[in-house]
Amino acid sequence: MANTMQFDLVSPERSLASLKVTAVQLPGSEGELTAMPGHWPMITTLKPGILTVTADGEVLEFAVTGGFADISAEGATVLAEQAFEKGPEGRAAVEAELAQARAAAEAAKGPERDTATELVYDFVHLLENMQ
Amino acid sequence: MPSLKDLKNRISSVKSTRKITKAMQMVAAAKLRRAQESAEAARPYTERFNAVLGQLAASVGGADNAPLLLRGTGKDDVQLLVVMTSERGLCGGFNSSIVKLARTRIEALKIAGKTVKILTVGKKGREQLRRDYGDMMIGHIDMSEVKKLGYGNAAAIAKDLLGRFDAGEFDVATIFYSEFKSVISQKPTAQQIIPASYDAPEEGAVSTIYDYEPSEEAILADLLPRGVATQLFAALLENAASEQGARMSAMDNATRNAGDMIDKLSIEYNRTRQAVITSELIEIISGAEAL
Repeated sequence: MANTMQFDLVSPERSLASLKVTAVQLPGSEGELTAMPGHWPMITTLKPGILTVTADGEVLEFAVTGGFADISAEGATVLAEQAFEKGPEGRAAVEAELAQARAAAEAAKGPERDTATELVYDFVHLLENMQ
Repeated sequence: MPSLKDLKNRISSVKSTRKITKAMQMVAAAKLRRAQESAEAARPYTERFNAVLGQLAASVGGADNAPLLLRGTGKDDVQLLVVMTSERGLCGGFNSSIVKLARTRIEALKIAGKTVKILTVGKKGREQLRRDYGDMMIGHIDMSEVKKLGYGNAAAIAKDLLGRFDAGEFDVATIFYSEFKSVISQKPTAQQIIPASYDAPEEGAVSTIYDYEPSEEAILADLLPRGVATQLFAALLENAASEQGARMSAMDNATRNAGDMIDKLSIEYNRTRQAVITSELIEIISGAEAL
């Protein structure tokens, strides 16, 4: 079995990465997961978090604010709502998202409030990880 | 017959007009390149997104409990037309051709007895439609403050649309925009976005069985609103490129016309100047003879 697979990270505005990788760690909405070559085909939604890509012993990290991933045996494609490389630019954008999520959580009622609050925690967690 | 001074003034005013149109053409050319680049950059996302949604829609779409965004409300009585035009004029027939297509559709729907609602994006379309269909307009989205189109703009429009859809304000939404074919050719296009129709994967293609996390339905429910935003974003980008293309060729024409006009006026100016000299000479000569 091949030990690398094609990995693409695209956001609506641009394509951020396209390379051969050995493993991708994704912040799936149902929990973190790692995709490696030969993974069973699956589609999962993502929550805000850090995406870790391992290629040739190098490790790349991206911050994503949500979206979904299409994983198959030959590759993984992440369609992120917004994605950034780790850095001050990304931090500012994530902070803006966090402020929005906070406002949404305060406005939400009933069961929606729980999901909205969870989203706020995810963003806070993501910001901590971006330091 | 205009005097020499009048002609001189007219020539200089046409010359400065030509300078302006020439500059606008260059600016449009530069902006066009940028617009094309961002349209290009957005393509991979849209393609993959549609592929995944197509697959999902094919497996869930037939079910009775499929999301409303995919299945529709089962009616088509209230039609929402989203007319996307530019914020600025001086771009040839760009806005008029989009509005014309929308008008034809509005008239056809009216004859069919449907209720029509109009949402405009961009100032120019609103101005043109307001006179005849002012009572059908339910909203306007101002893009004049937008310096660089981002996904956020499309997401905001999508949010507005989805809010109205959830409130039951319309059954079918169609967007009107201009597809960018080339610098000299832009095609006004109508595209239905709610309920969405996605191409199912080709027959005979190896369809892999996917695991879905969370469930298939949950993912579809999550993706469909995003699909609306993605389609709007693609349309906005196409529109931006078309606008600049149309402006570029319109300004190219204007520059050429101004050049022709300057030539004509210069000939007239020279003729008048010669006539003036000749008549002055005749006056001097006849004056000298009279002595």
